[in-house]
Amino acid sequence: MTTLLNIPLVIHLALPLTIILVYALVAIWGERKVAGFIQDRLGPMRVGGWHGWAQSIADLLKLIQKEDIIPANSSRFLFKFAPFMMFAASYAAFAVIPFSSGYIGSNINIGVFYLLAVTSVLTLSIIMAAWASNNKWSLLGGMRSAAQMVSYEIPTIATVLTVIVVSGSLNLMTVTEMQSGNDILGFLPNWFIFQNPFLIVAFVIFFISILAESHRVPFDLPESESELVAGYQTEYSGMRWAMFMLAEYADMLLLSLLGAVLFFGGWNSPFGDFMSGPLWGFFWFMLKGLLLVFVMMWIRWTLPRYRVDQLMHICWSILIPLSFINLILVALWELIF
Amino acid sequence: MLTVVKQGWSTFKSIFTGMGITIRHFFGPSVTLQYPDEKMELPENSRAKLYVNIDDCIGCFLCARACPVNCIDIETAPATADVDLGKTSTGNPKRFWLTRFDIDMAKCMYCDLCVHPCPTNCIYMVPDYEYSEFDRSNLIYSFSNLVPEQVADVKEKAEAEAEEKKRQREEMQKAKAEAARKKKEMEAKKEEERSEKDGKEKGRAPSKPENDGGE
Amino acid sequence: MIELISDTGERREMTINMGPQHPSTHGVLRLELVLDGEIIKKVKPHIGYLHRCFEKYAEEVGDYAKVIPYTDRMDYVSAMNQEHGYVLALERMLELELPERVEHIRVIVAEMQRIASHLLGIGAFGLDLGAFSPFLYLFTEREKILDIFEKISGARLLYNYMAVGGLMRDVHPEFKTDVAEFVKTFRPKIKELDDLLSYNRIFIKRTANVGVLPVEVALNYAASGPVLRGSGMKWDLRRNDPYSIYDRFEFDIPVGEGEMGTLGDCWDRYIVRVREMEQSLRIIEQALDSMPDEGDVMQAIPKRIRMKEGEVYVRTESPRGELGYFIASNNSASPHRVKARAPSFVHLCLLPAISKGSLIADMVAIVGSIDIVLGEVDR
Repeated sequence: MTTLLNIPLVIHLALPLTIILVYALVAIWGERKVAGFIQDRLGPMRVGGWHGWAQSIADLLKLIQKEDIIPANSSRFLFKFAPFMMFAASYAAFAVIPFSSGYIGSNINIGVFYLLAVTSVLTLSIIMAAWASNNKWSLLGGMRSAAQMVSYEIPTIATVLTVIVVSGSLNLMTVTEMQSGNDILGFLPNWFIFQNPFLIVAFVIFFISILAESHRVPFDLPESESELVAGYQTEYSGMRWAMFMLAEYADMLLLSLLGAVLFFGGWNSPFGDFMSGPLWGFFWFMLKGLLLVFVMMWIRWTLPRYRVDQLMHICWSILIPLSFINLILVALWELIF
Repeated sequence: MLTVVKQGWSTFKSIFTGMGITIRHFFGPSVTLQYPDEKMELPENSRAKLYVNIDDCIGCFLCARACPVNCIDIETAPATADVDLGKTSTGNPKRFWLTRFDIDMAKCMYCDLCVHPCPTNCIYMVPDYEYSEFDRSNLIYSFSNLVPEQVADVKEKAEAEAEEKKRQREEMQKAKAEAARKKKEMEAKKEEERSEKDGKEKGRAPSKPENDGGE
Repeated sequence: MIELISDTGERREMTINMGPQHPSTHGVLRLELVLDGEIIKKVKPHIGYLHRCFEKYAEEVGDYAKVIPYTDRMDYVSAMNQEHGYVLALERMLELELPERVEHIRVIVAEMQRIASHLLGIGAFGLDLGAFSPFLYLFTEREKILDIFEKISGARLLYNYMAVGGLMRDVHPEFKTDVAEFVKTFRPKIKELDDLLSYNRIFIKRTANVGVLPVEVALNYAASGPVLRGSGMKWDLRRNDPYSIYDRFEFDIPVGEGEMGTLGDCWDRYIVRVREMEQSLRIIEQALDSMPDEGDVMQAIPKRIRMKEGEVYVRTESPRGELGYFIASNNSASPHRVKARAPSFVHLCLLPAISKGSLIADMVAIVGSIDIVLGEVDR
């Protein structure tokens, strides 16, 4: 008879969740601090003492206490269910992310495939939320986001494919392990981005696509506050809205971590054996992911946003052809060298 | 194809220029103040709150009349003869008790129009901006320095004096009227005598003049 | 369930309400949009949410001077210009001679106010398109102007600084150095704005060829100010019908040239405002040079304004366009009739003409580029 308390299962459930929750609190605070510093302000300064570090906790407490408003004419079940489904999709995708050399939720051979498949549920949940709200602004936002996410999944997948062509494995742990060591030009780490010049192009395309996938400026059309009020989130309030927020930040981290695994060597230390090991690995991995998140924030507070037709134009007539050409070039490079 | 590459290049260039500017600001100093901890120095002549130096007020109502939103409410009582209210710092004699000088800061729109007509410069704006209240009625500022008993007293005295004055005036008027009547009677008598002399009939004597004017 | 999409009409259209609580309608404007997908078929602006009976108030208040604070509140973003127009109208009626110093200070503050107003207009335009940071950078600059205004008038937004025949207060002794300092520090900021926003490719993509206003249409609708100049018409009342002492200064009139797309698009209207700020700096510099240091600013203020019977219409160039005051007097204490010709109202009327067939996102850009202030539209 097995024990009811399955220790490994609890760890696998709790560890990524803790990471996501702690990260979300830090990232929301961080986003506001980054915005503040960029705009010559200071951002939150009062809650908790040092630079208002407890601001997101206070916000969370406030959101929990808020009334749960459900519009009278909404589709109640879908309206209630959508935020949880969205978060579940983001959370489930973390299962295949190798956080360090010692920890991966599920070491499966189709890791990348699983990740891409699960995250496409996000689109579904956004449309669900938008439609269930019975609000025209929500609907417009939902349609925009559906079009945007479906379109940008193609260049994302195409660039991920280029890495798979180089690595030859869909298992993210294996992909990371292949990037160990510092052999390129004698000192550069064996990260894929340094291995192949066309992978730099691939990374640029990948980064643009994940900006669009996670609805960040300049592609934040689904919730562009100056056009669509708040897009699909318009009717949400309190904890359900917080779930959307959480899922969005989790999605940002997920895609950034994916970028770190695919192009920047995952948990590998940039200094070879120096500062390596499971815990250091976790540190390096999160650092790389958070750096990409920071760049996303930095871009957000710099640029205006694209229009919806321009967004589609960029995807279909620039990024998709470019990413496929790039895929062929990477394959040729691998064949020749 | 070339134009696409060129456009893409210029897009990237402008994006990186913009990001360069924002990162410079990121490491630059903040321009904001942490309000309750540090406060902005307002200039001396800042218009944030109305203040009345009631010792200098002569109760001329010019400010109340200049106010476009009628937020100044003044009531005066004339000083009795036995009191000397003194002079303002500008040398104008004061002739009125200010039984009420209320300014409703909830109505005030800080336009400065009441400040300029004041002959003694006793109403002016001060740079004090932290006076929020939970209850709107707390925003009515009373500048009168008289306690309610004093107000009643002063009003009573002023009324009494006004009564007295009225009485005096009435008496004076009565006396005047009396004198006029006597004079007329005298004249009438004379006339009578004259007419009697002339052997003619005389009309009625002039009626007594009305004395209740001014009630 | 409420019917979401109507089946009437050839195409299935959706009517949607933009405002009055929408984030980018610059106040309380309500736009009724008829959409086909995201394409706008019809726009109908609804106004009046900020109506405060300016004209009736001016007739009833019982004093010409009491109207001046009210003109501040019409276009609260450029209060000095509004006051300037109103007091100029009264002065023309009274045939008052103004001291040189008063005229110079008025021109300097009016031009600074023009810069402040454009800073807000440009910043809010960027904000509508999703660029948040330029808005706050520009606000920092605007604060510097407001600081100077607070020193001279005591207020930051609604100054009531100009009086008929003079100014309510004299400027502080360091006024000239303060303004010169501002002019010096502000020039590089325009360059920074150009790098960050004006010539940003995404911004250009969002604004070029959007909301094109041909010059004939602009003239037919009686557009003025940056909106008309953005369409390529060289028309500036400071030059074409000089008031105050504007005829003494040298400055250019920037017009739209269709650099990034079609002549008269949103980008042209935007860049006209940016270039106007530079010209305003030039005017301020010249006015600072020729401004007399001594002189009483209040000597010409009449104790009581008594108008003789008559009418006057004075138009001035406010940051938003031609601001006209028509005042009819019948020899009593308050005006018989006051009519304000507000440029924002005229430009709002343009909206349906230039936004047909564009997307919702363009709608936001167009509303931002004509830079309306609802206080002035509704009055």
